[in-house]
Amino acid sequence: MRFRTCTSPHLIPGHSVGGVMRQVLYALVPGTLAMTWFFGWGVLVNVSLAILFSVLFEALMVAARGRPVLATLGDSSAILAGWLFALAIPPLAPVWVLLIGTAFAIVVAKHLYGGLGYNPFNPAMVGYVVVLVSFPRELSLWPSPEGLTNASLTFLQTLQTTLTGRLPDGMEWDAITRASPLDMMRESIVSGQTVTEVTQSPLFGSFSQTEWEWAGNLFLLGGLWLLYRRVITWHIPVSMLLTLATVAGIFWVMDPDYFASPAFHVFSGAAIIGAFFIATDPVSAATTPKGRILFGAGIGLLTYVIRTWGGYPDAVAFAVLLMNMVAPTLDHYTRPRIFGHSRDRHG
Amino acid sequence: MNSTYLDIIREGLWTNNPGLVQLLGLCPLLAISGNVINALGLGIATIVTLVVSNSLVSLLREHVRPEIRIPVYVLIIASAVTAIELVMNAWFHGLFLVLGIFIPLIVTNCAIIGRAEAFASRNSVPRAALDGLAMGVGFTGVLVAIGALREVIGQGSLLDNAHLLFGEWGRELRIEIFPQEHGFLLALLPPGAFLAMGLLIAVKNLIDARLEAKPIPSGAPESQPATSHT
Repeated sequence: MRFRTCTSPHLIPGHSVGGVMRQVLYALVPGTLAMTWFFGWGVLVNVSLAILFSVLFEALMVAARGRPVLATLGDSSAILAGWLFALAIPPLAPVWVLLIGTAFAIVVAKHLYGGLGYNPFNPAMVGYVVVLVSFPRELSLWPSPEGLTNASLTFLQTLQTTLTGRLPDGMEWDAITRASPLDMMRESIVSGQTVTEVTQSPLFGSFSQTEWEWAGNLFLLGGLWLLYRRVITWHIPVSMLLTLATVAGIFWVMDPDYFASPAFHVFSGAAIIGAFFIATDPVSAATTPKGRILFGAGIGLLTYVIRTWGGYPDAVAFAVLLMNMVAPTLDHYTRPRIFGHSRDRHG
Repeated sequence: MNSTYLDIIREGLWTNNPGLVQLLGLCPLLAISGNVINALGLGIATIVTLVVSNSLVSLLREHVRPEIRIPVYVLIIASAVTAIELVMNAWFHGLFLVLGIFIPLIVTNCAIIGRAEAFASRNSVPRAALDGLAMGVGFTGVLVAIGALREVIGQGSLLDNAHLLFGEWGRELRIEIFPQEHGFLLALLPPGAFLAMGLLIAVKNLIDARLEAKPIPSGAPESQPATSHT
Protein backbone atom coordinates (compact mmCIF):
# COMPACT_ATOMS: atom_id res chain seq x y z
CA MET A 1 0.00 0.00 0.00
CA ARG A 2 1.58 3.29 -1.02
CA PHE A 3 0.05 6.62 -0.11
CA ARG A 4 1.01 8.88 -2.95
CA THR A 5 0.41 12.55 -2.36
CA CYS A 6 0.35 14.50 -5.57
CA THR A 7 0.55 18.17 -4.76
CA SER A 8 3.57 19.83 -3.14
CA PRO A 9 7.00 18.28 -3.54
CA HIS A 10 6.59 15.61 -0.86
CA LEU A 11 9.21 12.96 -0.47
CA ILE A 12 7.79 9.57 -1.40
CA PRO A 13 8.67 7.12 1.37
CA GLY A 14 10.80 4.21 0.23
CA HIS A 15 8.95 1.69 2.36
CA SER A 16 5.70 0.20 1.16
CA VAL A 17 4.14 -2.79 2.91
CA GLY A 18 5.04 -5.06 0.00
CA GLY A 19 8.57 -3.67 -0.12
CA VAL A 20 9.15 -4.31 3.58
CA MET A 21 7.73 -7.82 3.37
CA ARG A 22 9.88 -8.66 0.36
CA GLN A 23 13.04 -7.49 2.11
CA VAL A 24 12.19 -9.82 5.00
CA LEU A 25 11.73 -12.61 2.46
CA TYR A 26 15.19 -11.94 0.97
CA ALA A 27 16.67 -11.97 4.46
CA LEU A 28 15.20 -15.41 5.09
CA VAL A 29 16.98 -16.93 2.09
CA PRO A 30 20.44 -17.69 3.59
CA GLY A 31 19.01 -19.36 6.71
CA THR A 32 16.54 -21.35 4.63
CA LEU A 33 19.32 -22.55 2.35
CA ALA A 34 21.35 -23.59 5.40
CA MET A 35 18.41 -25.57 6.73
CA THR A 36 17.95 -27.20 3.30
CA TRP A 37 21.65 -28.12 3.29
CA PHE A 38 21.37 -29.86 6.66
CA PHE A 39 17.82 -31.20 6.68
CA GLY A 40 17.35 -32.02 3.03
CA TRP A 41 14.84 -31.13 0.33
CA GLY A 42 12.01 -31.30 2.83
CA VAL A 43 12.64 -27.71 3.89
CA LEU A 44 12.23 -26.41 0.35
CA VAL A 45 9.21 -28.63 -0.30
CA ASN A 46 7.57 -27.34 2.88
CA VAL A 47 8.36 -23.71 2.13
CA SER A 48 6.97 -23.98 -1.41
CA LEU A 49 3.82 -25.83 -0.39
CA ALA A 50 3.19 -23.57 2.62
CA ILE A 51 3.55 -20.46 0.46
CA LEU A 52 1.22 -21.97 -2.14
CA PHE A 53 -1.43 -22.78 0.49
CA SER A 54 -1.08 -19.43 2.25
CA VAL A 55 -1.52 -17.50 -0.96
CA LEU A 56 -4.53 -19.63 -1.91
CA PHE A 57 -6.18 -19.11 1.49
CA GLU A 58 -5.35 -15.41 1.35
CA ALA A 59 -6.92 -15.12 -2.10
CA LEU A 60 -10.01 -17.02 -0.97
CA MET A 61 -10.47 -14.91 2.14
CA VAL A 62 -9.81 -11.61 0.39
CA ALA A 63 -12.30 -12.55 -2.32
CA ALA A 64 -14.86 -13.63 0.28
CA ARG A 65 -14.46 -10.29 2.03
CA GLY A 66 -14.97 -8.43 -1.23
CA ARG A 67 -11.55 -6.80 -1.34
CA PRO A 68 -9.29 -6.46 -4.40
CA VAL A 69 -7.49 -9.81 -4.58
CA LEU A 70 -4.44 -8.98 -6.65
CA ALA A 71 -3.66 -5.75 -4.83
CA THR A 72 -3.78 -7.53 -1.48
CA LEU A 73 -1.68 -10.46 -2.63
CA GLY A 74 0.87 -7.92 -3.87
CA ASP A 75 1.86 -7.05 -0.29
CA SER A 76 3.52 -10.50 0.02
CA SER A 77 2.46 -10.84 3.65
CA ALA A 78 0.84 -14.23 3.01
CA ILE A 79 4.06 -15.48 1.44
CA LEU A 80 5.99 -14.40 4.53
CA ALA A 81 3.53 -16.05 6.92
CA GLY A 82 3.65 -19.30 4.94
CA TRP A 83 7.42 -19.25 4.77
CA LEU A 84 7.91 -18.65 8.51
CA PHE A 85 5.37 -21.36 9.30
CA ALA A 86 7.19 -23.82 7.03
CA LEU A 87 10.51 -23.15 8.74
CA ALA A 88 8.96 -23.90 12.13
CA ILE A 89 7.67 -27.36 11.33
CA PRO A 90 9.76 -30.51 10.70
CA PRO A 91 10.95 -30.84 7.07
CA LEU A 92 9.21 -34.18 6.46
CA ALA A 93 5.86 -33.21 7.99
CA PRO A 94 2.89 -34.54 6.02
CA VAL A 95 1.02 -32.21 3.71
CA TRP A 96 -2.13 -31.97 5.83
CA VAL A 97 -0.09 -30.45 8.67
CA LEU A 98 0.88 -27.71 6.24
CA LEU A 99 -2.69 -27.31 5.08
CA ILE A 100 -4.19 -27.04 8.58
CA GLY A 101 -1.40 -24.82 9.85
CA THR A 102 -1.61 -22.33 7.00
CA ALA A 103 -5.42 -22.37 7.20
CA PHE A 104 -5.30 -21.35 10.85
CA ALA A 105 -2.55 -18.83 10.17
CA ILE A 106 -4.27 -17.07 7.28
CA VAL A 107 -8.00 -17.69 7.76
CA VAL A 108 -8.34 -17.64 11.56
CA ALA A 109 -5.41 -15.63 12.88
CA LYS A 110 -5.31 -13.06 10.08
CA HIS A 111 -8.57 -12.60 8.21
CA LEU A 112 -11.11 -13.34 10.93
CA TYR A 113 -9.46 -10.54 12.88
CA GLY A 114 -9.69 -8.12 9.97
CA GLY A 115 -6.71 -8.89 7.75
CA LEU A 116 -3.22 -7.47 7.59
CA GLY A 117 -2.71 -4.73 10.15
CA TYR A 118 -5.53 -5.86 12.44
CA ASN A 119 -4.30 -9.25 13.59
CA PRO A 120 -3.38 -9.17 17.29
CA PHE A 121 -1.39 -12.42 16.99
CA ASN A 122 1.45 -13.40 14.73
CA PRO A 123 -0.32 -15.54 12.07
CA ALA A 124 2.59 -17.90 11.36
CA MET A 125 2.99 -18.65 15.06
CA VAL A 126 -0.73 -19.24 15.56
CA GLY A 127 -0.60 -21.79 12.73
CA TYR A 128 2.47 -23.42 14.25
CA VAL A 129 1.06 -23.61 17.78
CA VAL A 130 -2.21 -25.07 16.51
CA VAL A 131 -0.45 -27.94 14.75
CA LEU A 132 2.07 -28.31 17.59
CA VAL A 133 -0.59 -28.90 20.26
CA SER A 134 -2.81 -30.92 17.92
CA PHE A 135 -0.32 -33.28 16.28
CA PRO A 136 2.51 -33.81 18.77
CA ARG A 137 3.84 -36.93 17.00
CA GLU A 138 4.18 -35.44 13.52
CA LEU A 139 5.72 -32.28 14.92
CA SER A 140 8.51 -34.07 16.80
CA LEU A 141 10.09 -35.91 13.87
CA TRP A 142 13.10 -33.76 12.98
CA PRO A 143 15.41 -35.49 10.51
CA SER A 144 19.07 -35.67 11.44
CA PRO A 145 21.76 -34.73 8.91
CA GLU A 146 23.67 -38.05 9.29
CA GLY A 147 20.50 -40.04 8.96
CA LEU A 148 19.72 -38.21 5.76
CA THR A 149 23.24 -38.70 4.40
CA ASN A 150 22.95 -42.45 4.87
CA ALA A 151 19.47 -42.62 3.46
CA SER A 152 19.78 -39.76 0.95
CA LEU A 153 16.19 -38.91 0.17
CA THR A 154 15.96 -37.50 -3.32
CA PHE A 155 13.79 -34.52 -4.11
CA LEU A 156 11.04 -36.71 -5.52
CA GLN A 157 11.14 -39.09 -2.56
CA THR A 158 10.88 -36.13 -0.22
CA LEU A 159 7.91 -34.77 -2.11
CA GLN A 160 6.29 -38.20 -1.99
CA THR A 161 6.91 -38.46 1.77
CA THR A 162 5.34 -35.07 2.35
CA LEU A 163 2.30 -35.83 0.21
CA THR A 164 1.61 -39.36 1.48
CA GLY A 165 2.98 -39.08 5.02
CA ARG A 166 4.87 -42.35 4.50
CA LEU A 167 8.61 -42.81 4.01
CA PRO A 168 9.81 -44.63 0.85
CA ASP A 169 10.23 -48.41 1.23
CA GLY A 170 13.12 -49.55 3.36
CA MET A 171 13.35 -46.41 5.47
CA GLU A 172 12.36 -46.00 9.08
CA TRP A 173 11.53 -42.78 10.90
CA ASP A 174 13.78 -43.86 13.76
CA ALA A 175 16.75 -44.16 11.43
CA ILE A 176 16.56 -40.71 9.89
CA THR A 177 15.28 -38.60 12.79
CA ARG A 178 16.72 -37.66 16.13
CA ALA A 179 15.92 -35.33 18.98
CA SER A 180 16.56 -31.65 18.39
CA PRO A 181 19.09 -30.09 20.79
CA LEU A 182 16.42 -28.70 23.10
CA ASP A 183 14.62 -32.07 23.17
CA MET A 184 17.87 -33.87 23.82
CA MET A 185 18.89 -31.56 26.63
CA ARG A 186 15.48 -31.92 28.23
CA GLU A 187 15.37 -35.72 28.05
CA SER A 188 18.94 -36.15 29.23
CA ILE A 189 18.56 -33.88 32.21
CA VAL A 190 15.35 -35.62 33.22
CA SER A 191 17.15 -38.97 33.00
CA GLY A 192 19.90 -37.71 35.31
CA GLN A 193 22.72 -36.72 32.96
CA THR A 194 24.54 -33.43 33.41
CA VAL A 195 24.59 -30.63 30.86
CA THR A 196 28.30 -31.21 30.15
CA GLU A 197 27.67 -34.85 29.32
CA VAL A 198 25.08 -33.80 26.77
CA THR A 199 27.12 -31.07 25.11
CA GLN A 200 30.18 -33.32 24.86
CA SER A 201 28.33 -35.71 22.58
CA PRO A 202 29.83 -35.67 19.06
CA LEU A 203 26.63 -34.16 17.68
CA PHE A 204 27.30 -30.88 19.38
CA GLY A 205 29.39 -28.08 17.91
CA SER A 206 30.58 -25.23 20.07
CA PHE A 207 27.21 -24.37 21.65
CA SER A 208 24.49 -26.57 20.27
CA GLN A 209 24.02 -29.20 17.56
CA THR A 210 26.11 -28.15 14.57
CA GLU A 211 23.28 -27.81 12.05
CA TRP A 212 21.19 -25.65 14.37
CA GLU A 213 24.15 -23.38 15.02
CA TRP A 214 24.72 -22.89 11.32
CA ALA A 215 21.08 -22.24 10.59
CA GLY A 216 21.11 -19.78 13.49
CA ASN A 217 24.22 -18.01 12.17
CA LEU A 218 22.72 -17.53 8.74
CA PHE A 219 19.39 -16.32 10.11
CA LEU A 220 21.45 -13.92 12.23
CA LEU A 221 23.10 -12.70 9.04
CA GLY A 222 19.71 -12.09 7.43
CA GLY A 223 18.52 -10.37 10.60
CA LEU A 224 21.53 -8.05 10.66
CA TRP A 225 20.85 -7.14 7.04
CA LEU A 226 17.26 -6.26 8.00
CA LEU A 227 18.64 -4.05 10.78
CA TYR A 228 21.03 -2.42 8.31
CA ARG A 229 18.16 -1.82 5.89
CA ARG A 230 16.13 -0.39 8.78
CA VAL A 231 13.27 -2.78 8.13
CA ILE A 232 13.37 -3.66 11.83
CA THR A 233 14.78 -1.76 14.80
CA TRP A 234 17.32 -3.17 17.22
CA HIS A 235 15.05 -3.03 20.30
CA ILE A 236 13.18 -6.33 20.09
CA PRO A 237 15.97 -8.69 18.92
CA VAL A 238 18.57 -7.24 21.27
CA SER A 239 16.35 -7.16 24.34
CA MET A 240 14.96 -10.63 23.62
CA LEU A 241 18.33 -12.35 23.14
CA LEU A 242 19.92 -10.39 25.98
CA THR A 243 17.15 -11.33 28.41
CA LEU A 244 17.25 -14.95 27.33
CA ALA A 245 21.03 -15.04 27.77
CA THR A 246 20.94 -13.18 31.09
CA VAL A 247 18.28 -15.35 32.69
CA ALA A 248 19.95 -18.49 31.32
CA GLY A 249 23.28 -17.15 32.63
CA ILE A 250 21.97 -16.62 36.15
CA PHE A 251 20.68 -20.18 36.41
CA TRP A 252 23.76 -21.57 34.67
CA VAL A 253 26.06 -19.94 37.22
CA MET A 254 23.91 -21.31 40.03
CA ASP A 255 24.03 -24.89 38.78
CA PRO A 256 25.94 -25.55 35.52
CA ASP A 257 25.18 -29.27 35.69
CA TYR A 258 21.44 -28.83 35.59
CA PHE A 259 20.89 -25.64 33.58
CA ALA A 260 22.25 -25.27 30.05
CA SER A 261 24.55 -22.39 29.16
CA PRO A 262 23.24 -19.07 27.78
CA ALA A 263 24.98 -19.74 24.45
CA PHE A 264 23.14 -23.06 24.15
CA HIS A 265 19.81 -21.31 24.68
CA VAL A 266 20.55 -18.57 22.17
CA PHE A 267 21.80 -20.93 19.46
CA SER A 268 19.20 -23.68 19.85
CA GLY A 269 15.70 -23.91 18.48
CA ALA A 270 13.99 -20.82 17.23
CA ALA A 271 15.68 -18.16 19.39
CA ILE A 272 17.53 -16.32 16.63
CA ILE A 273 14.99 -16.60 13.84
CA GLY A 274 12.37 -15.71 16.48
CA ALA A 275 14.24 -12.64 17.64
CA PHE A 276 14.82 -11.17 14.19
CA PHE A 277 11.95 -12.45 12.07
CA ILE A 278 9.02 -13.49 14.24
CA ALA A 279 8.99 -11.19 17.26
CA THR A 280 9.60 -8.15 15.04
CA ASP A 281 6.35 -8.57 13.08
CA PRO A 282 5.28 -4.92 12.74
CA VAL A 283 1.58 -5.68 13.25
CA SER A 284 1.50 -7.82 16.36
CA ALA A 285 4.56 -6.47 18.20
CA ALA A 286 4.74 -3.39 20.44
CA THR A 287 5.49 -0.18 18.55
CA THR A 288 6.99 2.34 20.96
CA PRO A 289 10.77 2.10 21.63
CA LYS A 290 10.39 1.35 25.35
CA GLY A 291 7.46 -0.92 24.63
CA ARG A 292 9.58 -2.87 22.16
CA ILE A 293 12.32 -3.36 24.72
CA LEU A 294 9.82 -4.69 27.27
CA PHE A 295 8.15 -6.80 24.59
CA GLY A 296 11.46 -8.41 23.61
CA ALA A 297 12.47 -8.91 27.23
CA GLY A 298 9.14 -10.59 27.96
CA ILE A 299 9.62 -12.99 25.07
CA GLY A 300 13.16 -13.83 26.20
CA LEU A 301 12.06 -14.47 29.78
CA LEU A 302 9.00 -16.54 28.83
CA THR A 303 11.05 -18.54 26.32
CA TYR A 304 13.50 -19.50 29.07
CA VAL A 305 10.79 -20.27 31.61
CA ILE A 306 8.75 -22.46 29.25
CA ARG A 307 11.84 -24.21 27.84
CA THR A 308 13.14 -25.03 31.29
CA TRP A 309 10.02 -25.76 33.30
CA GLY A 310 7.23 -26.03 30.72
CA GLY A 311 5.81 -28.92 28.78
CA TYR A 312 7.37 -28.25 25.38
CA PRO A 313 11.05 -28.24 24.36
CA ASP A 314 10.95 -24.96 22.48
CA ALA A 315 8.90 -22.00 23.51
CA VAL A 316 9.57 -19.07 21.21
CA ALA A 317 6.16 -19.44 19.54
CA PHE A 318 4.29 -19.55 22.84
CA ALA A 319 6.32 -16.65 24.22
CA VAL A 320 5.63 -14.53 21.13
CA LEU A 321 1.89 -15.22 21.28
CA LEU A 322 1.71 -14.47 25.00
CA MET A 323 3.55 -11.20 24.55
CA ASN A 324 1.36 -10.33 21.53
CA MET A 325 -1.50 -10.24 24.02
CA VAL A 326 0.15 -7.57 26.17
CA ALA A 327 1.61 -5.55 23.30
CA PRO A 328 -1.29 -3.02 23.22
CA THR A 329 -0.97 -2.49 26.98
CA LEU A 330 2.78 -1.99 26.68
CA ASP A 331 2.19 0.57 23.94
CA HIS A 332 -0.35 2.37 26.08
CA TYR A 333 1.98 2.77 29.06
CA THR A 334 5.16 3.55 27.16
CA ARG A 335 3.96 6.32 24.88
CA PRO A 336 6.85 8.65 24.16
CA ARG A 337 6.48 12.23 25.39
CA ILE A 338 5.24 14.52 22.68
CA PHE A 339 7.47 17.56 22.25
CA GLY A 340 6.04 20.47 24.19
CA HIS A 341 3.90 18.33 26.50
CA SER A 342 4.73 17.53 30.09
CA ARG A 343 5.90 14.01 30.85
CA ASP A 344 3.38 12.83 33.40
CA ARG A 345 0.21 13.22 31.36
CA HIS A 346 -1.07 10.27 29.39
CA GLY A 347 -2.95 10.95 26.21
CA MET B 1 -44.21 -7.34 29.21
CA ASN B 2 -47.11 -9.15 27.67
CA SER B 3 -45.34 -11.49 25.32
CA THR B 4 -47.24 -14.40 23.87
CA TYR B 5 -46.23 -17.99 24.56
CA LEU B 6 -44.85 -18.20 21.05
CA ASP B 7 -42.67 -15.16 21.70
CA ILE B 8 -41.34 -16.75 24.87
CA ILE B 9 -40.38 -19.89 22.98
CA ARG B 10 -38.79 -17.93 20.14
CA GLU B 11 -36.81 -15.78 22.59
CA GLY B 12 -35.37 -18.78 24.39
CA LEU B 13 -34.54 -20.82 21.36
CA TRP B 14 -33.26 -18.15 19.03
CA THR B 15 -33.53 -14.36 19.41
CA ASN B 16 -32.37 -14.24 23.03
CA ASN B 17 -30.60 -17.59 23.25
CA PRO B 18 -28.64 -17.74 26.53
CA GLY B 19 -25.61 -19.31 24.87
CA LEU B 20 -25.41 -17.41 21.59
CA VAL B 21 -26.94 -14.02 22.36
CA GLN B 22 -26.87 -13.38 26.10
CA LEU B 23 -23.54 -15.23 26.36
CA LEU B 24 -24.46 -16.40 29.85
CA GLY B 25 -23.31 -19.58 31.53
CA LEU B 26 -20.22 -19.80 29.35
CA CYS B 27 -18.18 -21.61 32.00
CA PRO B 28 -20.07 -24.92 31.83
CA LEU B 29 -20.83 -24.30 28.17
CA LEU B 30 -17.16 -24.27 27.27
CA ALA B 31 -15.88 -26.75 29.84
CA ILE B 32 -18.37 -29.57 29.38
CA SER B 33 -18.88 -29.46 25.62
CA GLY B 34 -16.07 -31.93 24.84
CA ASN B 35 -18.55 -34.55 23.62
CA VAL B 36 -22.26 -34.89 22.95
CA ILE B 37 -23.20 -37.01 25.96
CA ASN B 38 -21.56 -34.77 28.55
CA ALA B 39 -23.18 -31.79 26.87
CA LEU B 40 -26.59 -33.44 26.80
CA GLY B 41 -26.31 -34.54 30.45
CA LEU B 42 -25.44 -31.09 31.69
CA GLY B 43 -27.99 -29.54 29.35
CA ILE B 44 -30.84 -31.65 30.74
CA ALA B 45 -29.78 -30.85 34.31
CA THR B 46 -29.83 -27.16 33.40
CA ILE B 47 -33.29 -27.42 31.79
CA VAL B 48 -34.75 -29.03 34.92
CA THR B 49 -33.10 -26.45 37.16
CA LEU B 50 -34.38 -23.58 35.03
CA VAL B 51 -37.97 -24.85 34.97
CA VAL B 52 -38.04 -25.54 38.72
CA SER B 53 -36.31 -22.33 39.76
CA ASN B 54 -38.33 -20.14 37.38
CA SER B 55 -41.62 -21.65 38.60
CA LEU B 56 -40.72 -21.26 42.27
CA VAL B 57 -39.45 -17.72 41.85
CA SER B 58 -42.60 -16.80 39.98
CA LEU B 59 -44.76 -18.43 42.65
CA LEU B 60 -43.06 -16.49 45.42
CA ARG B 61 -42.76 -13.21 43.55
CA GLU B 62 -45.60 -11.52 45.47
CA HIS B 63 -44.24 -12.54 48.86
CA VAL B 64 -40.54 -11.79 48.62
CA ARG B 65 -39.43 -8.31 49.62
CA PRO B 66 -37.32 -6.77 46.83
CA GLU B 67 -34.43 -6.04 49.23
CA ILE B 68 -33.74 -9.70 49.83
CA ARG B 69 -34.86 -11.15 46.50
CA ILE B 70 -31.38 -12.17 45.25
CA PRO B 71 -30.51 -14.33 48.31
CA VAL B 72 -33.96 -15.92 48.06
CA TYR B 73 -33.41 -16.73 44.37
CA VAL B 74 -30.01 -18.20 45.16
CA LEU B 75 -31.56 -20.38 47.88
CA ILE B 76 -34.25 -21.62 45.51
CA ILE B 77 -31.76 -22.37 42.74
CA ALA B 78 -29.35 -24.06 45.13
CA SER B 79 -32.14 -26.29 46.50
CA ALA B 80 -33.16 -27.30 42.98
CA VAL B 81 -29.58 -28.04 41.98
CA THR B 82 -28.93 -30.05 45.14
CA ALA B 83 -31.96 -32.19 44.40
CA ILE B 84 -30.84 -32.72 40.81
CA GLU B 85 -27.35 -33.59 41.97
CA LEU B 86 -28.75 -36.29 44.26
CA VAL B 87 -30.95 -37.65 41.47
CA MET B 88 -28.03 -37.82 39.05
CA ASN B 89 -25.81 -39.43 41.65
CA ALA B 90 -28.43 -42.11 42.14
CA TRP B 91 -29.51 -42.88 38.59
CA PHE B 92 -26.72 -41.63 36.31
CA HIS B 93 -23.74 -42.33 38.52
CA GLY B 94 -21.22 -42.65 35.66
CA LEU B 95 -22.30 -39.36 34.12
CA PHE B 96 -22.34 -37.80 37.59
CA LEU B 97 -18.67 -38.74 38.02
CA VAL B 98 -17.74 -37.40 34.56
CA LEU B 99 -19.48 -34.06 35.02
CA GLY B 100 -18.07 -33.69 38.53
CA ILE B 101 -18.01 -30.17 39.92
CA PHE B 102 -20.03 -28.78 37.00
CA ILE B 103 -23.31 -30.11 38.39
CA PRO B 104 -23.12 -28.18 41.68
CA LEU B 105 -21.76 -25.24 39.68
CA ILE B 106 -25.12 -24.95 37.89
CA VAL B 107 -26.04 -22.83 40.93
CA THR B 108 -23.68 -20.15 39.73
CA ASN B 109 -24.83 -20.31 36.08
CA CYS B 110 -25.75 -16.69 35.37
CA ALA B 111 -28.34 -17.76 32.82
CA ILE B 112 -30.47 -19.18 35.65
CA ILE B 113 -30.35 -16.28 38.09
CA GLY B 114 -30.61 -13.97 35.08
CA ARG B 115 -33.93 -15.53 34.07
CA ALA B 116 -35.15 -15.51 37.68
CA GLU B 117 -34.47 -11.81 38.01
CA ALA B 118 -35.40 -10.65 34.51
CA PHE B 119 -38.38 -12.83 33.71
CA ALA B 120 -39.70 -15.13 36.43
CA SER B 121 -39.99 -12.41 39.10
CA ARG B 122 -42.34 -10.42 36.81
CA ASN B 123 -44.46 -13.09 35.17
CA SER B 124 -47.07 -15.67 36.03
CA VAL B 125 -46.09 -19.25 36.84
CA PRO B 126 -46.99 -20.87 33.47
CA ARG B 127 -45.13 -18.18 31.56
CA ALA B 128 -42.10 -18.42 33.84
CA ALA B 129 -42.02 -22.22 33.56
CA LEU B 130 -42.28 -22.02 29.78
CA ASP B 131 -39.53 -19.42 29.71
CA GLY B 132 -37.34 -21.71 31.80
CA LEU B 133 -38.02 -24.59 29.44
CA ALA B 134 -37.34 -22.53 26.30
CA MET B 135 -34.17 -20.99 27.69
CA GLY B 136 -32.99 -24.38 28.94
CA VAL B 137 -33.64 -26.03 25.58
CA GLY B 138 -31.89 -23.15 23.81
CA PHE B 139 -28.89 -23.51 26.12
CA THR B 140 -28.83 -27.28 25.68
CA GLY B 141 -29.06 -26.93 21.91
CA VAL B 142 -25.94 -24.76 21.84
CA LEU B 143 -24.19 -27.08 24.28
CA VAL B 144 -24.96 -30.17 22.20
CA ALA B 145 -24.06 -28.44 18.92
CA ILE B 146 -20.64 -27.43 20.27
CA GLY B 147 -20.23 -30.88 21.82
CA ALA B 148 -21.00 -32.61 18.52
CA LEU B 149 -18.63 -30.34 16.59
CA ARG B 150 -15.79 -30.90 19.05
CA GLU B 151 -16.37 -34.62 19.35
CA VAL B 152 -16.44 -35.22 15.60
CA ILE B 153 -13.37 -33.12 14.85
CA GLY B 154 -11.45 -34.06 17.98
CA GLN B 155 -11.96 -37.78 18.27
CA GLY B 156 -13.87 -38.77 15.15
CA SER B 157 -16.95 -40.15 16.89
CA LEU B 158 -20.44 -39.14 17.91
CA LEU B 159 -22.39 -40.16 21.03
CA ASP B 160 -19.35 -41.78 22.63
CA ASN B 161 -20.11 -43.02 26.19
CA ALA B 162 -23.84 -42.88 25.50
CA HIS B 163 -24.32 -45.71 28.04
CA LEU B 164 -23.69 -43.17 30.82
CA LEU B 165 -26.98 -41.50 29.93
CA PHE B 166 -29.11 -44.20 28.33
CA GLY B 167 -27.96 -47.38 30.05
CA GLU B 168 -26.13 -50.34 28.56
CA TRP B 169 -27.88 -50.31 25.18
CA GLY B 170 -26.42 -46.82 24.69
CA ARG B 171 -23.08 -48.39 23.74
CA GLU B 172 -24.69 -49.29 20.40
CA LEU B 173 -25.29 -45.62 19.66
CA ARG B 174 -21.62 -44.75 19.22
CA ILE B 175 -20.93 -43.68 15.63
CA GLU B 176 -17.33 -43.80 14.52
CA ILE B 177 -16.51 -41.44 11.69
CA PHE B 178 -12.74 -41.92 11.60
CA PRO B 179 -10.21 -43.62 13.93
CA GLN B 180 -9.53 -41.71 17.12
CA GLU B 181 -5.77 -41.36 16.64
CA HIS B 182 -6.35 -39.13 13.60
CA GLY B 183 -8.38 -36.67 15.64
CA PHE B 184 -7.65 -32.97 15.67
CA LEU B 185 -6.60 -32.61 19.28
CA LEU B 186 -7.13 -28.85 19.38
CA ALA B 187 -10.90 -29.33 19.18
CA LEU B 188 -10.91 -31.24 22.48
CA LEU B 189 -8.70 -28.69 24.22
CA PRO B 190 -10.16 -25.49 25.72
CA PRO B 191 -9.24 -23.32 22.69
CA GLY B 192 -11.40 -25.62 20.57
CA ALA B 193 -14.40 -24.74 22.73
CA PHE B 194 -13.87 -21.02 22.20
CA LEU B 195 -13.34 -21.46 18.47
CA ALA B 196 -16.47 -23.61 18.10
CA MET B 197 -18.47 -21.09 20.14
CA GLY B 198 -17.23 -18.20 18.01
CA LEU B 199 -18.08 -20.04 14.81
CA LEU B 200 -21.60 -20.85 16.04
CA ILE B 201 -22.23 -17.21 16.97
CA ALA B 202 -20.95 -16.18 13.54
CA VAL B 203 -23.31 -18.65 11.85
CA LYS B 204 -26.25 -17.36 13.90
CA ASN B 205 -25.45 -13.76 13.03
CA LEU B 206 -25.10 -14.72 9.39
CA ILE B 207 -28.53 -16.40 9.36
CA ASP B 208 -30.05 -13.36 11.10
CA ALA B 209 -28.48 -11.02 8.58
CA ARG B 210 -29.79 -13.12 5.69
CA LEU B 211 -33.28 -13.17 7.21
CA GLU B 212 -33.24 -9.44 7.76
CA ALA B 213 -32.15 -8.78 4.20
CA LYS B 214 -35.28 -10.53 2.91
CA PRO B 215 -38.33 -8.29 2.52
CA ILE B 216 -40.58 -8.74 5.55
CA PRO B 217 -44.15 -9.69 4.59
CA SER B 218 -46.60 -7.06 5.79
CA GLY B 219 -48.34 -7.70 9.08
CA ALA B 220 -45.60 -9.92 10.46
CA PRO B 221 -45.06 -9.31 14.19
CA GLU B 222 -41.95 -7.35 15.00
CA SER B 223 -39.81 -9.34 17.38
CA GLN B 224 -38.70 -7.52 20.48
CA PRO B 225 -35.11 -6.37 20.57
CA ALA B 226 -32.98 -8.83 22.51
CA THR B 227 -31.99 -7.50 25.89
CA SER B 228 -29.07 -9.00 27.76
CA HIS B 229 -28.85 -9.44 31.48
CA THR B 230 -25.92 -10.31 33.65
